[in-house]
Amino acid sequence: MPSHDVMPNMELYQPVQVEDALAIADRLAERGWLVGGGQDTYGWLKDRAKTADALIDLSAIESLRGIRETADGIEIGALTTLTEVATSDLIRGGYSLLADAASVVASPQIRNIGTLGGNVSQDVRCWYYRRGLSCYRAGGNLCYADTPQGMNREHALFDQSRCVAAGASDTAPALVALDASMVIQNLNGERVIDARDFFVGPANDIENTTVLRPGDILTSVRIPSTWANAEFYWEKVADRNVWDFSLVNVAAAFKTTGGQIEDSRIVVGAVQTTPRRLTDVENAIRGNSRNADTAEAVKELCTTGARTLAHNGFKVPLMQNLVKRAIVA
Amino acid sequence: MSTHIGKDFTPPCVPGKVTGEIKYAEDYKAEGMVFARLLTSPMPSGRVVNIDATAALRMDGVIGIFTADDLPPVAPPANPALASDYITYVGQPILAVAATSEEIAETALDRIRIDFERRDFVVDPLESLSPNGPDAYPEGNALVRTQEEGPEGSPIVGAQIKSIKWPQSAIDALRAGQEPVGAEFTNEWAFGDIEAGFAEAAAIIEEPFVTMGYPHHSLEARTCMAYWENGKCYFHGSSQSQSANNAGLARMLNIPLEDLVFINEATGGGFGSKIGPYPYMAITGNFSRVLNRPVQLRITREQEFYIGSARSGMQGWIKTGVKEDGKVSAVDLVIVNDGGMTGGGSGNSSAQHVTVAYQPENMRFRHISVYTNTTPRGAQRGPGQNEMAAVLAPMTDKLAEAIGMDRVEFRKRNVLDSDGFQGGSQGPVTSAFVREALDQGARAFNWAERSSQPKDLGGSKRRGLGVGLGYHGAGGRGYDGLLRIGTDGRLYIHSGVGNLGTYSYAATCRAAAEALQIPWERCEIVRGRSDRYLPHSSGQGGSNTIFTHTRTNWVAAQDAIMKMKEIAAMDFGGTAADYEIGGERVFKTADNSQGLTYAEAARRAMELGSKFSGEQYPDDINPLTQIAVQGMAGSGLVGVAKDNIPGVGQPPGNVIGFMEIELDIDTGKYEIVDYASVADCGTVVHPKNFENAMRGGAVWGVGLSGLEKHVYDPQNGLPANTGLYQCKPPTNMDVPVDTIAQGVNIPDPQNPTGGRGIGEPTQGAAAAALSSALRDALGGHLFNTAPVTTDMIIDHLAGNSYSSGAGTLKTNTF
Repeated sequence: MPSHDVMPNMELYQPVQVEDALAIADRLAERGWLVGGGQDTYGWLKDRAKTADALIDLSAIESLRGIRETADGIEIGALTTLTEVATSDLIRGGYSLLADAASVVASPQIRNIGTLGGNVSQDVRCWYYRRGLSCYRAGGNLCYADTPQGMNREHALFDQSRCVAAGASDTAPALVALDASMVIQNLNGERVIDARDFFVGPANDIENTTVLRPGDILTSVRIPSTWANAEFYWEKVADRNVWDFSLVNVAAAFKTTGGQIEDSRIVVGAVQTTPRRLTDVENAIRGNSRNADTAEAVKELCTTGARTLAHNGFKVPLMQNLVKRAIVA
Repeated sequence: MSTHIGKDFTPPCVPGKVTGEIKYAEDYKAEGMVFARLLTSPMPSGRVVNIDATAALRMDGVIGIFTADDLPPVAPPANPALASDYITYVGQPILAVAATSEEIAETALDRIRIDFERRDFVVDPLESLSPNGPDAYPEGNALVRTQEEGPEGSPIVGAQIKSIKWPQSAIDALRAGQEPVGAEFTNEWAFGDIEAGFAEAAAIIEEPFVTMGYPHHSLEARTCMAYWENGKCYFHGSSQSQSANNAGLARMLNIPLEDLVFINEATGGGFGSKIGPYPYMAITGNFSRVLNRPVQLRITREQEFYIGSARSGMQGWIKTGVKEDGKVSAVDLVIVNDGGMTGGGSGNSSAQHVTVAYQPENMRFRHISVYTNTTPRGAQRGPGQNEMAAVLAPMTDKLAEAIGMDRVEFRKRNVLDSDGFQGGSQGPVTSAFVREALDQGARAFNWAERSSQPKDLGGSKRRGLGVGLGYHGAGGRGYDGLLRIGTDGRLYIHSGVGNLGTYSYAATCRAAAEALQIPWERCEIVRGRSDRYLPHSSGQGGSNTIFTHTRTNWVAAQDAIMKMKEIAAMDFGGTAADYEIGGERVFKTADNSQGLTYAEAARRAMELGSKFSGEQYPDDINPLTQIAVQGMAGSGLVGVAKDNIPGVGQPPGNVIGFMEIELDIDTGKYEIVDYASVADCGTVVHPKNFENAMRGGAVWGVGLSGLEKHVYDPQNGLPANTGLYQCKPPTNMDVPVDTIAQGVNIPDPQNPTGGRGIGEPTQGAAAAALSSALRDALGGHLFNTAPVTTDMIIDHLAGNSYSSGAGTLKTNTF
């Protein structure tokens, strides 16, 4: 087993215009690998668990950075760092749910380098898969984690389809809760996809966690004003208070009128490959007050359908408790 | 009045560490140096059938490969530098490739093809002990002592691997948290009569426990660089120790001691894993000799996980009886260690912790350390003691409550004192003031007041208070001190002590300055490479350095003082007894105008030669010190002596920790609100560094009890968490910013400076205090594991079964 920690030999492209990047990405297709902050990429490449012929470094494309107001909300460039997202007055002002989520991603050093685009596009952290084993997600024909003896404490409760890896992004549930959309460009033009549809689970595509395909570049994230200044709740539970992935997180937004919930978004992360929006819970609590009774009434509902593995059973009560706190807070 | 001991100072290497100017082994380059990288095992057990490196060797820039065939054969269970016939864990080094760049070396690794033969493997010791369970080595799963009759009837004590299997009933019993009746052990001791002890107990508790192994994570990986010049090997390594490396490393390189120059100015952590030379040093030194080029063997972060050693795990059972008056009357303890591929279990030290904590009137200990196909295990900060502290503390609380006694009072009733004992042999200690530490800590922490406050903080928050003991032997004897007073009147203290990051190398030199009454500005520590004439010194492990080397430097200083007095007597009449020192002079007590400055004494020593300037030296000093004295002879007044200070007993290092936590029962997360610790380590020699040790050890204690563990997949023998982010050592966000660290500061009578070591128990005290606080916050629930992780707490609160404690008793699990 070689143990690598230097970069492999590969071509390096450093475009400064999106158009150039799109052309390079299109030309290289599967042979190319897009990199922003590199916090997911470099682990894969240095470990040699995944390889590519060429690296397309997007970090010099200034137009992919920054946060701006739009006619209906805000737009965040995909290369905007997580620190910028976490500290932006614009985001903190109306969409603090996203800022709160971004503020607890990994560690300050990683947030200074890691980008919003990278955070939502990152691969799963199943340790078997990241090790380079030939599992379903890696094109093989078995799952190492979903066995009676598998070490699967961090793995998924829902939407298991051969692969039981859980999503690793903290900002993804917040974006789904905010009804965000993702702007994707390729040489054929631009398409805008709801965040909820941007993320894909193993039943639909076992080798990818998003709809991005070779030649595509996620250029920005748009957040409509739909949920601006709503009542937000964000909480992440991880073993450590910094530099750790979520065991479970919850991103929620509530609109209340006269103390009653008019509408809500409750999205849970790290319980399946994609952010899990609890639509049934949202429907069930509509018209109720944000209190313990309302929360208790949907306790079981929020984890209905969970299938626990050998070591991740704790995620069920943890998820129930986090949803309860989101509703009550 | 001390002038140096108990005073803060800046160790000379600190500025370089702040500015980055100081060099670690990996920073050194030599002309023509080539880069070597390791190819390691993908499988947990097997053997190498064939290596085909043809394609790699054909590459431009590849200089050569180095395999087990290039080193002397190593019989199992020794940990070989490179494995061939016995591959025993995933990540075990098999060969090294050298190339003109790291990139070429890494690419070459991918072009080497190895044919393996697989063998059965095991990652859980209880599985190995089960009937028909797999053994980690083809020869067996445990090391047993053998005794044969030698040529003249003298016993030859040896050891061999044997396959030991327990009846299934014993396996089932231990897994169910009961005594494993009928089990075979390899180490047993007892004192007193435990049945009688249990008979007089007012309360008896019986608990299983599991502690998990986890790696050392030395921040500086064990990268080495070596080159040869004129038959000498110049070796840059990363070690906790300096002189203690030389003999072993010279043997690895098959050269005499004087042909080895071991260079190690600074070390980025070792925590017990770098006390002596590690096997992979043999690759660097010998590969360099074969290639006749400087070789740097760089170890990656991931490889450091594999080869950088780890704490052993343990599974056990303990039955403890306590009398109505609070005295522990009997302990029956069983420990099964997960020793990894090196078998290095620390069960005996765990049992020793129990003896220190309880001073039981009667005790029995039964132990077996089982090989598993997991990473090599070895000493890690308080090996045995600290993990035992973590699981014993909540049980101690339960015992105290069983007889209605305050938890602190219970500990005071039972713990070691100066007349007490440690270990199965019930050996004495030099002194111990743990009760004083408990009293002082209880005051500093406001234990009584906090204990009266409500546990329920409202909402989902619960308060937990904990108290814990950390203990480790903390000192050795019989090493050598060596110093020189130069003709410039300055004091050159030669230290063979390593710079492992604790700065004790510098603090111990202060003893010589103290004895010679010379300002620190006029002292220089000579150290960092063995050709600087360094004495035989202890390995920097076992918290021993402060005790051990304040003594050696003290006796060397006394030797220098005596020599100066003798010189003065020659020049001014009378005998040495008529003279004293002061103000960097030696002078007649009756007439201080008659005397010599230290500089003048040094010049006279050079004129006189013989013992005064090191041409002669005591017979009892170590050969390494002899080489050093020979090298520096004639360059001033030489003080050299072996530490023959009389005394008996083990110098103990003791720490008491008090912790308050706020536990959130919704999330299983807790915040450490306060931590206060008090050390019984004799006189605090270097206050600033003492505080750093207390704080750093406490942080790692949080890791031991709350976060860190090996996770091995039993189906594939694969470790899940090879990266630092996956192993989760605590961060600054997981511990309080401010903590209290105090010393009892009662001098140890067997050290002229009064000091004892304190490195290791700092971790154990915090680990124990945390697990004690968790039990308190959860209304008395015992997890009986270390660590207790977030998922376990949630599972407990939700009523889920979890895979530890009273569930299936196994190590290396979630």
